[in-house]
Amino acid sequence: MTTRVIMAGFGGQGVVLMGTLLSYSAMVQGKHTTFFPSYGAEMRGGTANCSVIVSDTEIPSPVVNEPDCVIAMNIASLDKFESRIRPGGVIFVNSSLVKKKVARDDIEEIRVPANDIAEGLGASRAANMVMLGCVLKKTGAVAVDSAVKSLEKVLSERAMALLELNKKALQRGFEEVS
Amino acid sequence: MAEERLLMKGNEAIGEAALRAGCRFYAGYPITPQNELTEYMSRRMPEEGGTFIQAESEIAAINMVYGASAAGARTMTSSSGPGISLKQEGISYLCGSELPCFYANIVRGGPGLGNIAPAQSDYFQSTRGGGHGDYRVVVFAPSTVQELVDLTILGFEVADRYNNPSMILGDGILGQMMEPVVMRESVTYDPSGKTGWALGNSEGRERHMITSVRLAPGTLERHNVHLRKKYLEIEAKEVRYELYEVDDADVVIIAYGTAARVAKSAVTAAREKGGIKLGLLRPITLWPFPTDAIADLAKNKQDILVAEMSFGQLYEDVRLSVCGKAKVSLLAHTGGGLPTEDEIIEAAGKCVASSEPVEIYPVLE
Amino acid sequence: MEKVFGKPESLSDRPFTYCPGCAHSLVHRLTAEAIDDLGVMPRCIGVASVGCSVFSDLYFNFDFIQAAHGRAPAVATGIKRVKPDCVLFTHQGDGDLASIGTAELIHSANRGEKITIIFVNNAIYGMTGGQMAPTTLIGMKTTTSPLGRQAEVQGYPLRVCELIRELKGVAYLERTAVNNPQNVLKTKRALKKAFQAQLDGLGFSLVEVVSQCPTGWGMLPADSLEWLEKEMGAYFPLGVFKDAKAEEPQEVA
Repeated sequence: MTTRVIMAGFGGQGVVLMGTLLSYSAMVQGKHTTFFPSYGAEMRGGTANCSVIVSDTEIPSPVVNEPDCVIAMNIASLDKFESRIRPGGVIFVNSSLVKKKVARDDIEEIRVPANDIAEGLGASRAANMVMLGCVLKKTGAVAVDSAVKSLEKVLSERAMALLELNKKALQRGFEEVS
Repeated sequence: MAEERLLMKGNEAIGEAALRAGCRFYAGYPITPQNELTEYMSRRMPEEGGTFIQAESEIAAINMVYGASAAGARTMTSSSGPGISLKQEGISYLCGSELPCFYANIVRGGPGLGNIAPAQSDYFQSTRGGGHGDYRVVVFAPSTVQELVDLTILGFEVADRYNNPSMILGDGILGQMMEPVVMRESVTYDPSGKTGWALGNSEGRERHMITSVRLAPGTLERHNVHLRKKYLEIEAKEVRYELYEVDDADVVIIAYGTAARVAKSAVTAAREKGGIKLGLLRPITLWPFPTDAIADLAKNKQDILVAEMSFGQLYEDVRLSVCGKAKVSLLAHTGGGLPTEDEIIEAAGKCVASSEPVEIYPVLE
Repeated sequence: MEKVFGKPESLSDRPFTYCPGCAHSLVHRLTAEAIDDLGVMPRCIGVASVGCSVFSDLYFNFDFIQAAHGRAPAVATGIKRVKPDCVLFTHQGDGDLASIGTAELIHSANRGEKITIIFVNNAIYGMTGGQMAPTTLIGMKTTTSPLGRQAEVQGYPLRVCELIRELKGVAYLERTAVNNPQNVLKTKRALKKAFQAQLDGLGFSLVEVVSQCPTGWGMLPADSLEWLEKEMGAYFPLGVFKDAKAEEPQEVA
């Protein structure tokens, strides 16, 4: 199985952390994985995105043209990536910030009030983990336990104070979708 | 015990591998998309007791490397195309003076300031020497983060073996991506092999002089003949490439680096669909070039499709290798474009259908 | 019988091949004497540059490396960082140091690299045949300023010591000349002080030697000494520009 995910949002919404955690958890589970960020001038001006591939087999190109799954943390991300999802794919929309609905009818839209859920847990900063929890449930790309365990390996020293909150947010997101 | 896997960014993996190869001197200058390597060295080099210098320019950086190499250290620098252009002066001096060093070019789109997207357009610059005079540097073309590690370590060894620079020609994707990687054990670098020529305290020995000036009649030609013999030896011994599903292939794709990753999946995808039988020859060294292996494809009457992120640079070496004995076609993207699986499969179909070589530039069409 | 004069140990047996009246050979000799006096010959490493002194590596008895045009301070930086116990000096002319190598000069000085630069300023490109240098005086005719240097066209002669004296990394900075015996002796003292600053780990040191180039100037050697005193001396004042060891900055003579 191969899962190709694009995660996108404002700088500061923790898009790179989401991708790194997914990729790291995949590695821990012995899977093949690649992480590829937007870089340089593209990341100035506040938007960020990264592509993660998790696979049971060797991964050719780390560039994701047709994702199976997109996480849109803000409206700009929805606008940019909706059209690229493969037919039958899934888009996770952060409905706390994005009121707009998905136009395509050949993809599944999952709306998650990620900021509100995270707020309820203690801080809206953990919205990224809520979203990632949803993705793990839906795609089965990696086990949620593996992601929870990997958190402390990928959080920066500064963010370690939020370790428990992030763990809770991952779990909560995992339970959010069926 | 299973080896520990780390999730590392390509640029940082080069830095760590260099340290484990015994590199203790790095001088560089910021340029995207290789900045993480410079930053990594600024953090890690002091921990290993080595020297990190953010130089005032790429020109100064390569000349610091020239000095540090002359003093016997394992040294490196890194940059992207525009910076490597500036470093060519120093690289020419390193070659002329027969000093080893290792450097990485994490290629971006050119010419000029171009863009920061991944590209392979510094192929000629790398494989033809790149600066003034008659010289070559050994060019490694990794396609995974693991290979960035392994070829960096090999790069230092080869540079020392031949007293000549060696380099990695990567691209923005390889530099920026993260992949699981097994880091190699640190080697114990033994500088004693350089005591016959390295600069230092000259007490009790003949003095050492390192130079590339040879004005006396005949001396430069004699020296260049000596270099030529060395380069021929490198061509005989250091060629590396990978073959994938080549034996029964109707069309063999020739690609390196990130383009080869896409080509590999095109080979698999085409075979799964029961379509055209594709194979892949992936040069791991671009100089020396796997000329003989490519000539063998021509002997087997196989069609060849070159897939590169530059406008016909690798293509030229492939055509030189087959000497008109095979049909060589080209699929080229440049300026940040990357071929897709579908494009490669479609291009291969066109190769088979045409009796003449085809040149395909998807963006132009 | 007591030997009172001889060839410095640091100099090789190779005869100098500079033009008659050229100052490079004199500066080499003074460099060698300074190194002998300080007793550091075996651990000295010289960096030759591009210009008339491109072959300065031939004239010394310790390790030497030849650098690209203008890059000698960067090369010296690389060596010194790998071999901190060695004594590093570069020997550079005005085109090499003050034109193409300005960035390397300023930044190695600013980093306070523990290296010594011997800067021979004769206001002309000698080896390439007498072209205008960054230090060519206003009105001076060269093969690329045939009408004489004009400030509004070619800018002003660059004063290196004045330019870098403010850099904190600079430990010793002096401008001397070798046009008469007193100045020759002063130059040797300056070189010793510059090397001593390096040995003491104080930082970057540079001695600018205002020098005669009779061939490039189209003069007889004796006339060139007079011209140097009168014309060069008026624009390039001699003296100590910086001495980290001294409590107060010294007056420029």
